[in-house]
Amino acid sequence: MEQILFKNMASPGYTPKISSYIAMGGYEALQKVFSEKITSDQLIEMVKKSGLRGRGGAGFPTGTKWSFIPKNPALTKYLCINADEGEPGTFKDRQLMEKDPHQMLEGIVISAYAIGAHTAYIYVRGELDLAMKTIEEAIEEARKKGFVGKNILSSGFDLEVYVHPGAGAYICGEETALLESLEGKRGKPRFKPPFPANFGLYGKPTVVNNVETLSNIPYIVNRGGEWFASIGVGKSTGTRLFSLSGHVKKPGNYEVPLGTTFRQLIFDLGGGIINGKKLKAIIPGGASASFFTEEHLDVKLDFEEVAKAGSMLGSGAVTVMDEETCMVWAALNLMHFFSHESCGKCTPCREGAPWLYKIMHRIEHGEGKMEDLDLLVSLCGNIAGKTVCAFGEAEVAPILGTLKYFRQEYEYHIREKSCPINHSERLATIGFP
Amino acid sequence: MISATARKKIENVITRYPEEEKRSALLPALHIVQNDNQGHLTEEMMKEVADLLEITPLQVYEVATFYTMYNLKPIGKYHIQVCRTLPCALMGAEKLVAYLEEKLGIGLGETTSDRLFTLTEVECLASCGTAPMMQINQNYYENLNKSKVDQILEELKQKATS
Repeated sequence: MEQILFKNMASPGYTPKISSYIAMGGYEALQKVFSEKITSDQLIEMVKKSGLRGRGGAGFPTGTKWSFIPKNPALTKYLCINADEGEPGTFKDRQLMEKDPHQMLEGIVISAYAIGAHTAYIYVRGELDLAMKTIEEAIEEARKKGFVGKNILSSGFDLEVYVHPGAGAYICGEETALLESLEGKRGKPRFKPPFPANFGLYGKPTVVNNVETLSNIPYIVNRGGEWFASIGVGKSTGTRLFSLSGHVKKPGNYEVPLGTTFRQLIFDLGGGIINGKKLKAIIPGGASASFFTEEHLDVKLDFEEVAKAGSMLGSGAVTVMDEETCMVWAALNLMHFFSHESCGKCTPCREGAPWLYKIMHRIEHGEGKMEDLDLLVSLCGNIAGKTVCAFGEAEVAPILGTLKYFRQEYEYHIREKSCPINHSERLATIGFP
Repeated sequence: MISATARKKIENVITRYPEEEKRSALLPALHIVQNDNQGHLTEEMMKEVADLLEITPLQVYEVATFYTMYNLKPIGKYHIQVCRTLPCALMGAEKLVAYLEEKLGIGLGETTSDRLFTLTEVECLASCGTAPMMQINQNYYENLNKSKVDQILEELKQKATS
């Protein structure tokens, strides 16, 4: 299959430098926009036709999102790039930023032109120092070539692009929390409506797009929306980057057309399960997605199909667990994450996540009661859907998913007052030799 | 007190945002000050940042306490942060932490007596395919095993004394 976003970096000798990118045909799309005088409306239509959906997690159609921005040229508008990748299991945007920053940057310039923004902020998670340095260098290189700054390619269009570092808060990946953080505040999600398209950064119309989403834009401009829409399946068009991790022989990022199955990704590309073990569980779309099992291996990596099967494609992270993984331990680990990362704005999430963690902790450590299982379900029901952002749904997913498919493991912990997996023994045979 | 170099960097960062939105420079400013002050922030420094950005010290403090990357007390020269989240945990992060505790003679959240290393656990660092991993100051160390960890610690010790 044809690679789109990973094609450049798969080329021998490719570097993040602008010379490498230009040698691969980079910035031709930007030149095409201005030389063929493509209007912003035409660009939005092209992206709508492509069917491109946001690659950050929610999967909202990108062209539609752009079309919500008011047309009034007198209004200041902003483009914010969500590069705050922090969903456990996801590491694709990091690779795009570190290895091919100009691909994203070209997408940024075209997208900013499409929505009429003259300032773009790339909000990068603060821990990704190399990514930030690489992007800063790329911006300077692009400025020297006239692709960024004043009067880009003599078009009369101006765009300044800045890197803005985050500081370690998972919630800032949520678009309105990201905007709050960019404004120098605690990153807490805002109520919606108003949506960022009307009231975004500094109260101005704003589009927030993910790194992978924007990296696709130059190719859509070069080859057309219909071409992009011809890849993939149904409403899930194009290719997508999937981050494969856990107990697989060849973990890493893989670019595949949407519609590929979990089996193909895990066994054909990922080489199957390490140490000749059997597969037990899969997280299909980052820690916020409910668990799958072996019976879901033939589900397609398609927004709709994964949702129909009871989970979500989310951020494109596929984490694999082998037959010797304790599911209570796995869910407990993720509850630690969610409990730590709740921003504290909504009571159900702020109080609920640590409470869920506490119950999970006592079950895993042999101090649970059978009533705890009903309590977990009841608590989850009082958190999901009752918070300002989707964090509430996210934090209950690992518990509900493991309870659905592995309830007997919870019962074993409670009944036998111990874990069926001997962790010391287990750790002796896997990881960190 | 904030150094002249840090102050100059902050003034440069402020220009990235609209004139009436100086507060936007807060996160980058705190990173600059922290990096310039051996990895931690003091109350005095936060007050100076507030003055520079024309906001209240409380507004700075509420941000500094929200984000995990800001340290409000001194840390060692090298801050070792081990990712503990599921993909890393599946690949032996617990064992990595135990090994580091044994090698350094400290527990999580502690600093070695020579002030060289501080050890902490953190949530996902977007390095799941190269687990287990750790971040030391700005650098990522991935696909770790015992001999790699030994080598990294030795190199850092030598760097600190040379």
